[in-house]
Amino acid sequence: MPAEIQIRVNGKSYETQVEPRLLLVHYLRDILGLTGTHVGCETSICGACTVLLDGKAVKSCTVLAVQASGSEVTTIEGVSSLGPVNGNGLHPVQEGFWEKHGLQCGFCTPGMILASVELLRTNPNPSQTEIRQSLSGNLCRCTGYQHIIQAVEYAAKKMKSRKR
Amino acid sequence: MPVATRHLGKPLKRKEDPRLIQGLAHYVDDIVLPGLLHIAFVRSPYAHAKIRSVDVSKAQAAPGVVQVLTGADVRGSIGAVPCAAQIPDMKAAPRPVLAHDRVRFVGEGVALVVATDRYAARDAIDLIEVDYEPLTPVVDPEKAIEKGSPVLYDGHKDNVAYRWELEGGDVNAAFKKADKVNKQRIVNQRLIPVAMETRGVVAEYKPGERQLTVWTSTQIPHLVRTQIAAMLDVPEHSVRVITPEVGGGFGSKLNVYAEEALAGYLAMRLGKPVKWIESRRENFQTAIHGRDQIDDVEVAFKRDGTILGLRVHIIADLGAYYQLLTPLIPTLTGLMSSGCYKIPAIRVEIVGVLTNKMSTDAYRGAGRPEATYLIERTIDLVAAELKKDPAEVRLKNFPKLQDFPYATPTGVIYDSANYPRSLDLALKLSGYKKLRQEQAKARKQGRCVGIGLSTYVEICAMGPSSAMPAGGWESATVRIEPSGMVNVMTGASPHGQGQETSFAQLGAEILGLEPGDINVIHGDTAIVPYGIGTFGSRGTAVGGTAVYKSLMKLREKLALLAGFLMDVDPAKLVFDGMKIFSKTQPKKSLPFGEVVAAAYTAKRLPPNMEPGLDATTFFEPTNFTFPFGAHVCVVEIDTETGDVKLVKYVAVDDCGNVLNPLLVDGQVHGGIVQSFGQAMLEEAVYDEQGQLITGELMDYAIPRAADMPWMETDRTVTPSPVNPMGVKGVGEAGTIGATPALANAVADALSPYGVRHVDMPFKRERIWKLIHKNGRRAK
Repeated sequence: MPAEIQIRVNGKSYETQVEPRLLLVHYLRDILGLTGTHVGCETSICGACTVLLDGKAVKSCTVLAVQASGSEVTTIEGVSSLGPVNGNGLHPVQEGFWEKHGLQCGFCTPGMILASVELLRTNPNPSQTEIRQSLSGNLCRCTGYQHIIQAVEYAAKKMKSRKR
Repeated sequence: MPVATRHLGKPLKRKEDPRLIQGLAHYVDDIVLPGLLHIAFVRSPYAHAKIRSVDVSKAQAAPGVVQVLTGADVRGSIGAVPCAAQIPDMKAAPRPVLAHDRVRFVGEGVALVVATDRYAARDAIDLIEVDYEPLTPVVDPEKAIEKGSPVLYDGHKDNVAYRWELEGGDVNAAFKKADKVNKQRIVNQRLIPVAMETRGVVAEYKPGERQLTVWTSTQIPHLVRTQIAAMLDVPEHSVRVITPEVGGGFGSKLNVYAEEALAGYLAMRLGKPVKWIESRRENFQTAIHGRDQIDDVEVAFKRDGTILGLRVHIIADLGAYYQLLTPLIPTLTGLMSSGCYKIPAIRVEIVGVLTNKMSTDAYRGAGRPEATYLIERTIDLVAAELKKDPAEVRLKNFPKLQDFPYATPTGVIYDSANYPRSLDLALKLSGYKKLRQEQAKARKQGRCVGIGLSTYVEICAMGPSSAMPAGGWESATVRIEPSGMVNVMTGASPHGQGQETSFAQLGAEILGLEPGDINVIHGDTAIVPYGIGTFGSRGTAVGGTAVYKSLMKLREKLALLAGFLMDVDPAKLVFDGMKIFSKTQPKKSLPFGEVVAAAYTAKRLPPNMEPGLDATTFFEPTNFTFPFGAHVCVVEIDTETGDVKLVKYVAVDDCGNVLNPLLVDGQVHGGIVQSFGQAMLEEAVYDEQGQLITGELMDYAIPRAADMPWMETDRTVTPSPVNPMGVKGVGEAGTIGATPALANAVADALSPYGVRHVDMPFKRERIWKLIHKNGRRAK
């Protein structure tokens, strides 16, 4: 029995009939074509599929699309709308990852960026230890994390200077 | 390489990043074609069994199912999974693309379903009934070669895949004249590469054009094309392989897999595009594994710490079948067993063993981490035996500067190095003397602190074709378009290493342009010349050198043309700031674009000059390169829990000249953390029934951000004489150099408890037991 969901994704509203077992990540990728969100493990360990659900970071591989009905979802494609956006159209966290070489193969990056956005929302001035702790649900096999830590620090600084 | 650089050696941020940080990049699973069908596999739950029958009737009738195939259905239609490695007297162990009569590891494909969507395909595989007759699994490689062990292949008398020996110098004499001999078993556990993107394939066949296009997440698009064409028995020119964005490889995608050929076969057979995306569990079970060696090491040495000889006996667990390079990997351990030391006599014996497990193959470092680990642990054991500082024993045994190029008894020639310099720098940066003082203090307080050193050398920039299974050169075409845009087409197939940036820096440097003017294209066999691929830290040293040479050819042609147009000496021309001008007559200058346009309008060309600007190079290196370095780390162990905490890490690496330090740091960081994974966390565990019980990320821990301290990195620069840019390679250095430093630190920490050696991974339980032998503290 298909179920109808109403969902806002990156500021746009959708009404869709879905199978109740459809995962949110497959809804985003296969139905809406938002392929920036990746599936890395299907067990909510790796965090590649992290999106914001009503502003909070969730692993969309273990959320059903029907559970997200009535909610607002932000994916990597829409993260820049959370601002403050720079002249290059990037969110400061995206810019930090670029400036500090916070990615190599890029597969974990969208999830890593969204988890970092969530961190800086709740803790605008995190220590390195806090960054490491709060990103521990997101795995990266390429970078060794050090440049990711620097990317988040860069974004925190940038966002603070914007607010002044 | 030009001496004063505008772009080379600069930490330019990456050109590939804007698409990756905005979710605009395309990995295989992001490719959607009209009418796309989805493949799912039935995989063996048994490590070793005969297949009596396969009943697909229920699956065939399931909703959305288009096709069901078993091993028997494709037998004879698709060739076996290829192995490029040949070792004399090696027994055959070919893997069918789907098993038809016997399965030899858990996860081996037995049947497949093609359906209209991925959920339907996944549902239908549960409806396929396979009747297995279980056989006794062969799991332990040592028991596998005992008499009476069950044998994996009916035609084989035992499970020994091959024996390989190497001896240089008089080993027996070395052991006879030694003051001391030390023996140690050193195990390198089985690991799972865990690229964040699992494997995936999309295949489409266009019958009118007779063109099969395969998008696959691979490090070697051209070799995959050649091999798929052979497996499907179609002309190679009818196959095009496209490597879109690749989400990490680490060797796991340096292979040709059954699923790649099956997807191509299905696209041709069904006339519809098909997609297969590997689940993480499948990735654990069926993408290649790494390491898995039992190394028995004997070292002969003098009282002053001089190493006289080495005997290494390796049992290498190859798994059930040969993948592309499976049998070859342990031989790299043999070749590099001398480490960065002058050891006059070395004997290596390898026994390759077939077991009911997934194949081992090239996992980041591929044979060299094992070599470095065994020799670096051995050096520390010698130092401990002689009660000498491990740094002192290392310094004593380094070859002298005048020994380079240095030929080891194992038959390789180290290109260039300065081992004492990198060790000195690492000791200085880490404050080694002070660390030892602090350690002595900590021990008095009852704390368990260890300091670990590793000085490594590795073999990379693979490599001269004579020493490679499938050619070791690399290709590059550089084409300057009439607009002045420069296209660099590289046969290397980067997947995170950042060559779109570093090759653009190279192009900008040589042609006097900006990196934004250079476009690097890779990973499409219809566009780029035949290439070997990205592995063995060869992207820059071999692939980059091909790019360099093609760029130099075009620079020379442009200089000739500009000199002709301006009536000046071409040898005195400078390329800078988008201009070509004379060093001696600076007023004689032409915009770069104008000279390029002149090459295409072809109205005024020097006599005998062809129009156009296109150059291709196939660069064949004369030798491998041998990066090296020194790592120092500090661990502290909680004696109550056995928890090992890494508190300090200092890495000094020498990869020759550096094109982009940001990229080099990224490679080093990533490698060290992967090493940390092997040392502390990771272990692929098969139980006695051959079940992979670490078959998911829930049961197999890879390092997280919070596991690591800040890593300090620095470099020495010893250019390689093997290529004109003097680069060596850095992709695997971290995984080669770091593991022994971590292991040496843990052994050092535990030495007050009478521990000489402990095998990885250093999990709490194992460490706690060593500290609390017999239920109470040792000491």
